[in-house]
Amino acid sequence: MLEIKQLVKKYKTGDVALNGVDLKVEKGQVMALIGPSGAGKSTLIRCVNRLETPTSGEIWLNGENIVKLRSGKLRKARRNMGMIFQEYALVERLTVMENVLSGRLGYVGFWRSYLRKFPQADVQAAFRLLEKVGLEKMVNKRADELSGGQRQRVGIARALIQNPDILLVDEPTASLDPKTSRQIMRLITELCEEQQLAAIINIHDVALAQMFAERIVGLREGKIVYDGSPDDLKPDVLTEIYGEEDWTAVRKRKAKISTDSEVDDESVSAEHMAEML
Amino acid sequence: MSQESSTPNSAALPESWSPPPLIKSPLLRWALLLGIVLYLYLSVGSLEINWSRIYAGLDRGAKFVYGFMNPNFAGRWTDISEGMIESLVMTVTSTAIGIAISIPIGFGAASNLAPLPVYLFCRGIIALSRSFQEIIVAILFVAIFGFGPLAGVLTLSFATIGFLSKLLAEDIESIDRSQAEAVKATGAPWWQWINFGIQPQIMPRLIGLSLYRLDINFRESAVVGLVGAGGIGATLNTAFDRYEYDTAAAILILIIGIVMLSEYISGYIRAGVQ
Repeated sequence: MLEIKQLVKKYKTGDVALNGVDLKVEKGQVMALIGPSGAGKSTLIRCVNRLETPTSGEIWLNGENIVKLRSGKLRKARRNMGMIFQEYALVERLTVMENVLSGRLGYVGFWRSYLRKFPQADVQAAFRLLEKVGLEKMVNKRADELSGGQRQRVGIARALIQNPDILLVDEPTASLDPKTSRQIMRLITELCEEQQLAAIINIHDVALAQMFAERIVGLREGKIVYDGSPDDLKPDVLTEIYGEEDWTAVRKRKAKISTDSEVDDESVSAEHMAEML
Repeated sequence: MSQESSTPNSAALPESWSPPPLIKSPLLRWALLLGIVLYLYLSVGSLEINWSRIYAGLDRGAKFVYGFMNPNFAGRWTDISEGMIESLVMTVTSTAIGIAISIPIGFGAASNLAPLPVYLFCRGIIALSRSFQEIIVAILFVAIFGFGPLAGVLTLSFATIGFLSKLLAEDIESIDRSQAEAVKATGAPWWQWINFGIQPQIMPRLIGLSLYRLDINFRESAVVGLVGAGGIGATLNTAFDRYEYDTAAAILILIIGIVMLSEYISGYIRAGVQ
């Protein structure tokens, strides 16, 4: 459904964020994109939505090359991609309902949206989604009155009301506490399953990625260095993704903690790995 | 271990600290200071003060102050109220026109929204409007449109554009980009993107600035009247010309009262729209 071919993104400063990425995501597949800061994770999903313009390469979504699209057609393509952001990116001074309904702006004419007279179907969908994310009582609250977890739920509702084919999720839990992080990840993956949505989820937390994603892709310096199941994410793989030095330091510490366990013996438990990272 | 190492360490560290001076070189620092003092001394010395003229003027000044002690609202009340109403009409009209023109120019002058040619054009208009003081513009418009409030309204509208567009543009440039980006990412067309992604972020500032400008325009309406552009300024000018300081005082007191009232109201509104 989404196919990325030889995607390259060079910034004006000369930094190469993406250096020939090939990636295919099937319908309904939840994929976690992991990698160190600056590996190009954000750039990748921002290129898919064309918030950044790729330097070269192709991005095919539903038989259209996103890279070639301009204004009107690009907006139409964007309607099929729901985005969820690290700092929620809600419009702070708008109500929860307005924020959710802003996901329909690509479908609704200017005056209807200006007068906030959205079609009944959209309003009903918004109520349904808000109930699903547990915010049905917050409809008329302003977004800046909500807690972090609540804001992210609004962000999820805004993305889903677009009725997208794919979710592009950028560090959804980086600003949240561990418990809320899990709840948010669970919500995203459940909703994806329910609606057969594909998702690319950028995430720092390897343990969370393993817990909720069916496929993990590791990015390092703009290149894919791992693509496989969460269970095969062994220490040597993490070394390749995150870099040698850090990983050996952790291995030493681990050797200190439990003397009898061999590093290449078994895959490390998710919890443990999170702690080490 | 920690005790042993801390003793020689702390001995090597400085005992006191003071912030680094703004200008590093002490020579330059003192030379600048001395230069400023010398300049001030010389410039005060160059003022030519005519003491006998000041003495003669004291008498007129006393009359002025005496007039202020006894403001006369009744004597020329028809003139005062007509001038005041004209000023208020000028203020509201010019502010409304100014805002209507300033908003598109402000958007055009925001570097994160407008393409370069539009940006330069709008910044040009702002620079033009800001480079002329109201009085000069008023003199020009009085020459073109004749005496009366029309010249005043145009003057104040023109001045509003420079003020409001510039500050609005700066507010747009400092918005939270991620909020606007998130709206764009839904596939929203341009106008809806502005309405949902930008407008909520700048609305409080726009309202605050507009109210502030309403204030300024009222005060300026009194000033531009002095050069014949209508309003209470014209009445004030006449009162001065006739040496009617009591009437002038009444007018000034009214201006002060209205400015204070509008200051209070706008503060109240601004607090409400955060």
